[in-house]
Parts: sequence; C-alpha cells; structure tokens
Amino acid sequence: MAGTAVLGRVTWRAARVVAVRDETATARTLVLAVRDWPGQVAGQHVDVRLTAPDGYSAVRSYSIASAPTSDGRIEITVERLPNGEVSPYLTQDVMVGDELELRGPIGGWFVWRSDQTELIQLVAGGSGIVPLMAMIRSRRSAGGNSPFRLLYSVRQPETVFYRDELQALSNQSDSVVITYAYTRVTPKDWPRPAGRIDAPFIAMGAWPSSLRPTSYVCGPTSFVEHTTDLLISVGHDRERIRTERFGATGERK
Amino acid sequence: MAIISRGFAGRRSAAEAKLPPGQYLTTDFPVLSAGPTPHISLDRWEFTIDDGSNVLRRWDWKSFRELPSETITTDLHCVTRWSKLGTSWEGVSLDVLLADVKTDLPYAMFRSYGDYTTNLPLKDLMNKQAWIAFKYNGADLEPEHGGPARLLVPHLYLWKSAKWVKGLSLMPHDKPGFWENLGYHIYGDPWLEQRYSGE
Repeated sequence: MAGTAVLGRVTWRAARVVAVRDETATARTLVLAVRDWPGQVAGQHVDVRLTAPDGYSAVRSYSIASAPTSDGRIEITVERLPNGEVSPYLTQDVMVGDELELRGPIGGWFVWRSDQTELIQLVAGGSGIVPLMAMIRSRRSAGGNSPFRLLYSVRQPETVFYRDELQALSNQSDSVVITYAYTRVTPKDWPRPAGRIDAPFIAMGAWPSSLRPTSYVCGPTSFVEHTTDLLISVGHDRERIRTERFGATGERK
Repeated sequence: MAIISRGFAGRRSAAEAKLPPGQYLTTDFPVLSAGPTPHISLDRWEFTIDDGSNVLRRWDWKSFRELPSETITTDLHCVTRWSKLGTSWEGVSLDVLLADVKTDLPYAMFRSYGDYTTNLPLKDLMNKQAWIAFKYNGADLEPEHGGPARLLVPHLYLWKSAKWVKGLSLMPHDKPGFWENLGYHIYGDPWLEQRYSGE
C-alpha cells in the first residue's frame, strides 16, 4: 500500500480540458486529458493549480470521479462554493481547450481496489458522491460483481449528481442498489418524508452489519459524524468504516 | 514554467501572504479523520509513555488534569491546504510529561484511540513546541476535533497533531505512522511544503 499511494505526487502535469458537463445548477464535470497520466485507484484525488498572470497561484484538491482508463483522461466534478476562490473559476470560466495544471493521484486510504471482494456500503452526502462514483464506475469497468449499495443524501432531486447514469445503473439487476435520502424536498409521491439519514433509513437501505461490509462515507463533516455514529449504533464495525470529510469552506471534492 | 490560467485573478489578502506556501485562510475548523470519531469516556481514558518494552509513565484523566497546564495561541496548517490563525488552546506541555523521562531514544510514535498513529522526532516535542490539549476556545475539546485530548504540535502539518491520543512510544529509529505510511511526508514542515513523501 505504501509507496503506490501517491504515485506521481510531485510532478505538476499539464491537463487540457476536453469536455465540460453540467451535473447540477452549481456543479460541473471537467474531462481532462493529462500528459503522462500514471493512472489512479478509485477514491483518489488530484491537486489542481491555477496561476494568475502575475504568478499568484492557488491550489485545491478534487476527487477523481471517473474510472481508470488507458487514454490518460480523468474527470473531476467541482461544486461551486459561493465564496470559493478556485471552484467558481472551474465551474464557470474554464472552457474546452484551456490548460490547467494538476498533480496526483493522491491518497491511499479512502480507496476501493477492484480486487476487494467484500460487500461495499457507500454513503454519500451531497458532493461527497464524487469519489464514491469513481468506485462505482471502477467496479463496472473492471467487470466486477462485488455487491455495492449506495445511500445518497441530497437536498432535493435537482442536486443529484450523475442522475441518469445512476438511474441506468439501478435498473440493472446485478448492479448497485441505490437509496436516496432527500433532506429538504422529495420527488412527488416519495414514500419517505424529507429528512436526514436516520436509523430506519439505514435499516432499510444499508447492508446489515452482520454481513460485515466495508463502508466508505464521504460528505460534509457534520454528515460524516452523524452517519458514522448511526452505522456504529446499529452494529457496524468502526474498523470497517473509512471516511472522508470536508468542511464548509473546504474545496476538496 | 506554470501555465497561466486565462482570466484567473485569485483572491489575495495581506493575511494570506503570511501563510506557508500553498495554504489558504479559513475561519471555520474543518475536520480530517480517516474513520469514525471515537467517543472516549473519561474514566477509561489514560495516557502512557513507553520505550517499546516498558511503560515509563502513566496518567489517568484525574492525574493528567492535575498537571500544570498552559494556554496556547497558535496558527494551524492542514495538509489539505487550509490554515487557521490565532487558535486558542489549553493543554499540558510535553516538557512537563517528559520531564522525568530519561531516554536516548530520539523518536516518538503517538498512539490514539481508534488506532491512529503518527511519528515525530523527540526534539520537536520539547522546548514549548508540543502539548496534549484538552480545551479549545475555552471549552472542552469536542470529540470530532480530538477530544477528550489531542496532541498539538502546530509547527508541523496538523495530521501530526494526533486526535484522541492515548500515549507515545519512544523509538530508536524514525518509523512512519498511519498517514506517513500512506504517502504523507515523514516530517511535515508546512513552511517547506512537505506534504507528500518525496517532497
């Protein structure tokens, strides 16, 4: 594990924006062609560096959303933060053909490898879906059938990332079982009232703790604290829960 | 040669200019942890110092809190690039905890509830550089920020300031802890931007 965790860590690489795709009103996916990209493991992130004409630069970390490919392309999904320094640029100003600098992949803990065979429980809060989507896509591209479940908490239906792709996935029988929690507004006729993830929701949507799944929980700090406490309270092993948190101003993910 | 980002101006302030390279200023207190937050009851809490074979010192919560403590005002620098200035803590200096420990072992591995570990040279723990902190902003330290007590070693990136500490083991040679094994820098000086191993 050590040593491979941060392959390519020091080198800044040129990355050309080859496509952009809006996921929601405030989130955009950038498809980047990266020179000499060494490949990644699902769950890893990259540092992106922007440089102003006078040399001032700003760096932020973003999770990779895409599965590893052989063509040197990666996708990141960036949520625009109201007072962000980098995210407004990446979601509003960047155009196809622009070049950015990035380095990575970075991170060796919050990762899923295609040789993992145990049950996987994914729990996403908001834009915390991004590294978990990389795991879902990597499972599919590896031809894997290790059983995945996803609990995905969003404010309202319009803030779901990757909506069509997740819909298509959940229609396949051997695929990922997805359960949504809407915290503010639900779709019409939705059986569960709007609200945060609670114990009955975990009981309905998550793998039972007796099956000893490995869980990956990603989202804002308060979300991760709340949902990991719930998982532990219904018997999940704390040693089998991996987390990634971001604060209100953190631009990671 | 950096690639210029067309139309990117950035946001600069006088305060940002005083930060370590690659850091930005935040006013809230983000959390970086590898797993769930442990909730440790004070009657089971203890802090021990060992040399790898023998326990040299042991405190329970009561005896630990009877040690002389200090207030510390310091800047924090997280490897995930946020910095927070002028934070206020109360804790027991490692100078106090190590005062009667006679050792030639030059490195320490901190151990935490929840099995986190991180390594530090002993000289970075001495001379008013490191504390076991139990209050933040005048209040008991919240579990998500490392309560009941965490290491505070603010001259290094914050992952070195292990949350939920339960002890340290003195070592003859430096050895990577949890994040250091996963590619973070063995030492982690923010002013030298030692984020990842090899930097």
